[in-house]
Amino acid sequence: MKTLKSVSFYALVVAVVLFSVFPFYYAIVTSFASGTELFKVNYLPHSLDWSNYVKVMTGRNFVRSIGNSVFIATTTVVFALFLAVTASYALARVRFRGRGLLLMTILAVSMFPQIAVLAGLFELVRFLGIFNTPWAMILSYTIFTLPFTVWVLTTFMRDLPVEIEEAAIVDGATPWVIITRVFMPLLWPALVTTGLLAFIGAWNEFLFALTFTSSETTRTVPVAIGLLSGASQQEIPWGPIMAASVIVTVPLVILVLIFQRKIVAGLTAGGVKG
Amino acid sequence: MPSARASGGLSLQQQRQRAAFWFLAPMLFALICVAAWPLLRTIWFSMTDTTLSNLYGGKWIGFDNYLSIRTLSSGKMIFRGTLADPAWWNAVWNTVRFAFISVICETVLGMIVALVLNAEFRGRGLVRAAILIPWAIPTIVSAKMWAWMLNDQFGIINDMMLRVGLIEQKIAWTASTDTAMYAVLMVDIWKTTPFMALLILAGLQMVPRDIYEAAKLDGINPVKVFFKVTLPLIRPALMVAVIFRMLDALRIFDLVYVLTPNSAATKTMSVISRENMIDFDKFAYGAAQSTLLFAILAIFVSLYIWLGRVDLSGDSNR
Repeated sequence: MKTLKSVSFYALVVAVVLFSVFPFYYAIVTSFASGTELFKVNYLPHSLDWSNYVKVMTGRNFVRSIGNSVFIATTTVVFALFLAVTASYALARVRFRGRGLLLMTILAVSMFPQIAVLAGLFELVRFLGIFNTPWAMILSYTIFTLPFTVWVLTTFMRDLPVEIEEAAIVDGATPWVIITRVFMPLLWPALVTTGLLAFIGAWNEFLFALTFTSSETTRTVPVAIGLLSGASQQEIPWGPIMAASVIVTVPLVILVLIFQRKIVAGLTAGGVKG
Repeated sequence: MPSARASGGLSLQQQRQRAAFWFLAPMLFALICVAAWPLLRTIWFSMTDTTLSNLYGGKWIGFDNYLSIRTLSSGKMIFRGTLADPAWWNAVWNTVRFAFISVICETVLGMIVALVLNAEFRGRGLVRAAILIPWAIPTIVSAKMWAWMLNDQFGIINDMMLRVGLIEQKIAWTASTDTAMYAVLMVDIWKTTPFMALLILAGLQMVPRDIYEAAKLDGINPVKVFFKVTLPLIRPALMVAVIFRMLDALRIFDLVYVLTPNSAATKTMSVISRENMIDFDKFAYGAAQSTLLFAILAIFVSLYIWLGRVDLSGDSNR
């Protein structure tokens, strides 16, 4: 009875792992196949042909798209963290009227359906003359990165001991000094986590990037992959698509595996954004 | 020291509040620029006849994009606008169906995975790392991966199911109107169950272990323990997780757009709004549809928080 129980438990564990990992594994297998090999169903790796990768990296602006995505995601994160650190200090540490309401409003913004601001943002982007430039994405991504970082950093900061801050106040430190000299060193782990989560969010975003770009050279990676097509409608280049998918996913997977504990902590603190 | 306060002008508390205002101002300004103002403009556009090519040439037409009724001289009434548009109602139905089915499946599966991860066994860290992979993969990439696996001719899923004998002939999962929704659901459940599992796991880990041991000593059936003890204890965490997932599901865009392009069987509210706004040059009409989506979500959230008495801010337990 006991062995039966543990066998079925481990069977469940194996099923969970297989279910999670298989699609990614199969994409890797496919990305190394080419020609007619591609159109046979293979469960195990069978060839190691780099031609799909060569095709993706040399052709059609894909490297450019990676560059765009890196630039947009990094700038978005830096911008969001910069605004969020000071704001979350005020929200976590200073008592003022309307604080609860403000927090709820920020949370509400993070749950906005992005389509609801699309028309207004489109106008704003056109007005500012940043349509089809990376700045259009950097501006629009603020709508989901900023509330999220503020929310998570506020929860982190609320948990820091009051005594440290009181000691600093007694020493005559201004709020700005408290943030930059006292809290920042303690906040590093939280900043890394939220920064990483915001980076992943910005890296993966599709709707704004699709709408605010009009030429191949300004596309971000998700748009480039989403719109990657072959010579004709019928011929979808599955090999290169899988190679491109693997290229943009491997760094993320590595990051996630390295920081898994922190990410889990950040996700559950924020409770937001899949 | 009252004298010091009088000469300094401001108390410490006031000083801190003033600093807090300046700390909050940049963030508030940014949020007004990217959220409040665009939202108001979207609502404004929805009441005009603006087109994409002429953003500033729109005239105020009131609620005509939502619903307009005209009576012809013959006495026949003609209804126009989104609320009389079958394509819109089809999208509403698709979205609601997708959201409910996916969130229910993800909650149940996520609960199972969380219970597995909450047990102590060798290789637990490895399993947790493995389930984070679907979450980390960009939605567009997972849509493409699954589109390939679900390919009608060369897809591995058809091959597997044929081998096991579940199906008799190959299915065009993403193209056929009967199965397109299943395809979208499959991918979404695969991608988001880990997220759900982690949120539930966080709730589970707050349940003190002694409860389980006491129940074990008393010889109470584990299933009964789960429903009578564990579930009520993690209910707050679960309610929050469900609402976040639900909101995400109701606004789904990217997966549907890439996995099943132009399929009426899966077109959601977000997809149809963007299509009208950008692709069909009915900018104002699309804006009206996205305003409706916003209103539906707002009503849904308020009801849920009110009925479920969900404490989103987490303030009460501090």
